[in-house]
Amino acid sequence: MSTFIAFTIFGLFSGAAYAIVASGLTLTYTTTRVFNIAHGALGMVMSFVFWDVSVRQGLPPLPALLLVVGVIAPATGWFIQRFVARGLGDAPVSVSLVVTVALLVACIGTAQQIWPPAARTVKPFFPNSSFTIAGTNVTAHQALTIVLSGVVAAGLYGLLTRTRVGTAMRASVDNPELLRLFGGRPDTVAALSWAIGTSLAALGGILLVSQVGLDYYALTLLVISAFAAAVFGRLKSLPLTFAGGMALGLAEAYAKGYLPTDGLLSKVGNVIAPLFLFAVVIGMPQTQLRIGQVKGIVTAPVPSLRASAGWGAALVLGMAVYTAGMGEADLLLLGTAATYAIVMLSLVLLTGYGGHVSLGQFTFAGVGALTYAKLDEPNLVGLLVSALVAGAVGALVALPVIRLTGLYLALATLAFAVLMDKLVFQADFAFGFGGALTAERLSILGTRIESTQGYVLVMVVFFVLTAIALLTLRRGVLGRLLIALRDSPAACGTLGLDARWFRVGLFGLSAAIAGLAGGLFAGLRGTIGAADFQFFSSLTLLLFAVVFGVTSVTGALLGGYGLMQLPVQQSENPGVAGLLFVVISVAAILLARNPNGIASYVFRLGRLLEERYGTQVRARVPDLAGLGLPGRRDRSAATSAQDEDVWDEDADNLALIGDPGHTRSLEGTDGSPASRVDGRPEGPEGRGAHVAARG
Amino acid sequence: MSVPILEVVDLHAAYGRIEVLRGVDLAVPRGAVMALLGPNGAGKSTLVKVISGQKKATSGDVHLGGVHVRGAQTEELARLGLCTVPEGRSVFPNLTVQENLTLMSYAGVSAEAVLETAFAYFPRLLERRSQLAGTMSGGEQQMLAMSRALASDPALLLLDELSMGLAPLIVEELYDTVGRIAASGVTILCIEQFARTALKVADYAAVMSHGRVVATGEPGEILETMSDVILGGAA
Repeated sequence: MSTFIAFTIFGLFSGAAYAIVASGLTLTYTTTRVFNIAHGALGMVMSFVFWDVSVRQGLPPLPALLLVVGVIAPATGWFIQRFVARGLGDAPVSVSLVVTVALLVACIGTAQQIWPPAARTVKPFFPNSSFTIAGTNVTAHQALTIVLSGVVAAGLYGLLTRTRVGTAMRASVDNPELLRLFGGRPDTVAALSWAIGTSLAALGGILLVSQVGLDYYALTLLVISAFAAAVFGRLKSLPLTFAGGMALGLAEAYAKGYLPTDGLLSKVGNVIAPLFLFAVVIGMPQTQLRIGQVKGIVTAPVPSLRASAGWGAALVLGMAVYTAGMGEADLLLLGTAATYAIVMLSLVLLTGYGGHVSLGQFTFAGVGALTYAKLDEPNLVGLLVSALVAGAVGALVALPVIRLTGLYLALATLAFAVLMDKLVFQADFAFGFGGALTAERLSILGTRIESTQGYVLVMVVFFVLTAIALLTLRRGVLGRLLIALRDSPAACGTLGLDARWFRVGLFGLSAAIAGLAGGLFAGLRGTIGAADFQFFSSLTLLLFAVVFGVTSVTGALLGGYGLMQLPVQQSENPGVAGLLFVVISVAAILLARNPNGIASYVFRLGRLLEERYGTQVRARVPDLAGLGLPGRRDRSAATSAQDEDVWDEDADNLALIGDPGHTRSLEGTDGSPASRVDGRPEGPEGRGAHVAARG
Repeated sequence: MSVPILEVVDLHAAYGRIEVLRGVDLAVPRGAVMALLGPNGAGKSTLVKVISGQKKATSGDVHLGGVHVRGAQTEELARLGLCTVPEGRSVFPNLTVQENLTLMSYAGVSAEAVLETAFAYFPRLLERRSQLAGTMSGGEQQMLAMSRALASDPALLLLDELSMGLAPLIVEELYDTVGRIAASGVTILCIEQFARTALKVADYAAVMSHGRVVATGEPGEILETMSDVILGGAA
C-alpha cells in the first residue's frame, strides 16, 4: 500500500508539472490559434537559463526562479509573438506547424550553442526539507509543484473568465478585427498570452529539470506529455487539460512501478505519453470541414513530361560525370543526399500537394530500411516490399485523419515518431538497443551493384523516376483532387467527394516513398541502426524541405543536398554547430509563408535568363534535339507561358477576393519580416514590380 | 454650420490593382443622421473600412471632428469615440452576452454602465446574459451589437448594412433604435441597401456609385431623383 501511495505522489508531482506546461500550451492555442510545437523546447531553454542564473552565476534558487519565470520567459514569449508568430493564426495549419517546428529546432540550436554539452545538474527546490503523508516521504519540491499547479489553474481560470483582458484574449480568436473596432488591441492581447504561455512552459520545465536532468532532447520531449494533456482538453478546456496532465502523470508512475522490468513491456513506461497522445487523438470527435481559404498559395509550375524527362536525364548524366573518380566517403554523402531528396519527394506529395504536415517522415524511411534489412532480399522485390510495408504503416498512422485534419495528423505522426524511436526501433526484434543490422547492396535483375558509384547513380535514377511519377500524378485527375482538397475540403464535400480514405491513401503513398528511400539507404550504408532514424531528423528534414521549396521536385533535390551538408558542416565547424540549426530555422520561419521556397527563386532566375539570353542561345545552337536542351526550350515556350498564367491568375484572385478575412490576412502580416520575403504581390507596387520583372 | 464631425476629401482606396474608391467627398454635420445609399460594388463598405482605419487609403484625407485621422489605428479611433458596427453579425459568437458587453467598455465607459444601459434598452439581453452570443437569433445579435452604439455614447456611429439577413419586422425595430440613438444627439452615418427604411430616419442622404459620391441632399429629393441609381430603380 505504501508503495502505491509513493507512486501516486510521484505521479501527482509529474502530472502537476505536465498540467502547468499543458495549460500554457492551451492558453496560447485558444487565444492565438497557433499550436506551439516548440512549447517544450522553450521550457528546455528556460531551464538552461535557470541553471545559468542559479548554478553558474550563483543566484539563490527562488529569486532565480522568479527572474526566469517572471521576466526572461515572458520577454521571450513577447518577442516570439512580435517577430515570429504574428498573424500565424490566420495562416494554414501547415504554415504555423512549420514555423513552430522551426522554433523548436532554433531553441535546441541556441541551447547547444550557448551551453555546449557538459555535465550539469539542477537541485530540487528546498532539497533538505520533506514531510511524511500516510507513511510516505513527500519532498518539499513535490509539494511545491502540486501547489503551484493549483495556483496556475486557478489563476488562469480567473484571468480568462473574470477579467476584461482575459475575455479579450478569447474574443481575439473569434474575430480580431472586430475586437479592434471595440477598441481592444489584438496584438497586445496575443503578446500577453504568449508571454504567459512561455512563462508556464518555463515554470513546468524548471520544476521537472531536477527530475529529468538538463538534456536538450529529454526536456523538449516533455512537450509530448503536454500535447497529450492539451488534446485531452480538446485544446480549449483548461480543467480537462489539467485532468489530462494529472492522469498522464499517474499513468506514467504506475507503469514505471507495476509493469515487468524486462522484455518489451519494460520500455512501455517510457512511451506512455506518446501512447496517450495517440489514444486521445483517435478519441477526438469529428471536426468540421474547413471552408476554403486560399491565402496566397501560388501553385508551383508543373513541367511537362518531356521537360522533366529531359532534366532527369541531364541530372543522371551530370551525376555520372561528377561522381567519376570520387572518394568513397564523398560518394556515401551523395547517396545520403539522394536518400534525403527522395524522402523530401514524399513530403512534396504530402505537404506540397496535399497540405498535410508530417513530423515523422524520416521514421517511415526507418521502417523501410528495417524491412529491407530484415527481409534480406536485396532485389527489386525486397525494395518494393519495404516500400509497401512503410506505406501500410503510414496508412495506419493516418487512420485518425479519417475524421480529423491538419494539426491532429501532425501530432499523430509526432507521437508515432517518438514511439518508434524510443520503443520499436530499439527493441530486440528490430535494430536492438544501440545495435545495428546489416543490409546487402541492391541487385537489379540479377546484377548486383557492387560499386558505390554505381549504387549512387541507381539512387539518382530512383529519385528521377519517383519525381516523374509524382509529376505525372500531379498533372492527372488525382493531382487536381489533391489540390482541390488542400484548398477547400468543404467545397469538395459539396461536390460529393469522400476525402477520408483518399487522405489515408495519400499518406500511405507518401510513407511508401519514404520507405523506398529507407530501403535504398540501408543498401547504401550496409549497416544501419536506430540512431540513423531519430525523430529529430524528421523535424530538420521538414525544415529543409520548406526552405528549399516543398511544392516542387527541384526543391526536394536542393533540400536533400542541403540536409546532407548540415551534419558535414557541423562537424567541420564544431564552434557553430548549434548556430547552423538556428540559421536554418530562421530561414524556415522567413520562408514558411511561401511554400515554394528557394526553388521558386531558382525558377524565376531561370525565366529571367531565358528571356534575356534564350533567343540568342537558340540562334547559335541550331538543333540539339534530345540532349537535355529541348527540355529547357519546352519549359520556356509552352510550360512557362502556362505557369505565368497560373501565377497571374492567382495574383488576380488575391486582388479580387477582397473579403474582410482576406484583407485582414494581408494587413495582419504587414510589417512583419516574413511578409516581405513571401514573394507574393501585395500592393499595387508589388504587383507593378512583378509585372515589370516579367517584362 | 460648425465643423462637420466627419469630412472625407478626395479619398482613394484600392484592392490590389482595382481601385474601389475614386475620389470620395463627403461631409456629415454634427448631430445629423446621414444615409449612404448605392448599388452593390459602389464602394460603401470600403468607405466604412477606410474611415474606421481597417483599410489603408491610397490617397485623400479623413477628418474626424476637424482632426486629420487618415492612417490612425482602428483601436485608437474606437477609443476616441468612433463606433463602427461592421456588416454581418458584429458580436463574438463564443462569448456570453455579458462578456460581449464587458468588452464594450474599451470604448471608455465603465463595464457597469454598459451593462446597465444595454439591459435597460433591451430587457431580452438581460434574460440571456449568460448565453453564448452565437446561439441567439439574428435580431438578438444585432440588439447586442447596437448596445455598443447605445452604451458607449460615441461621437460618430458608423452602421454598415444593419439589415443584412434580417426579417423586415426586425429591421423596423432596429431602425427605431437607430432613431432613438440619433435623438440623443449622436451623429450617424448609416449604410443601407433598403433605401426607404434608412431614409425614414435620415436627415440627409448621399448616393455612391462607382466609387464616388454622385449626389447628396434631403432624403425626399434623393429618393425622387436617384431611384434609378439606388438598386436600379427597385427601391
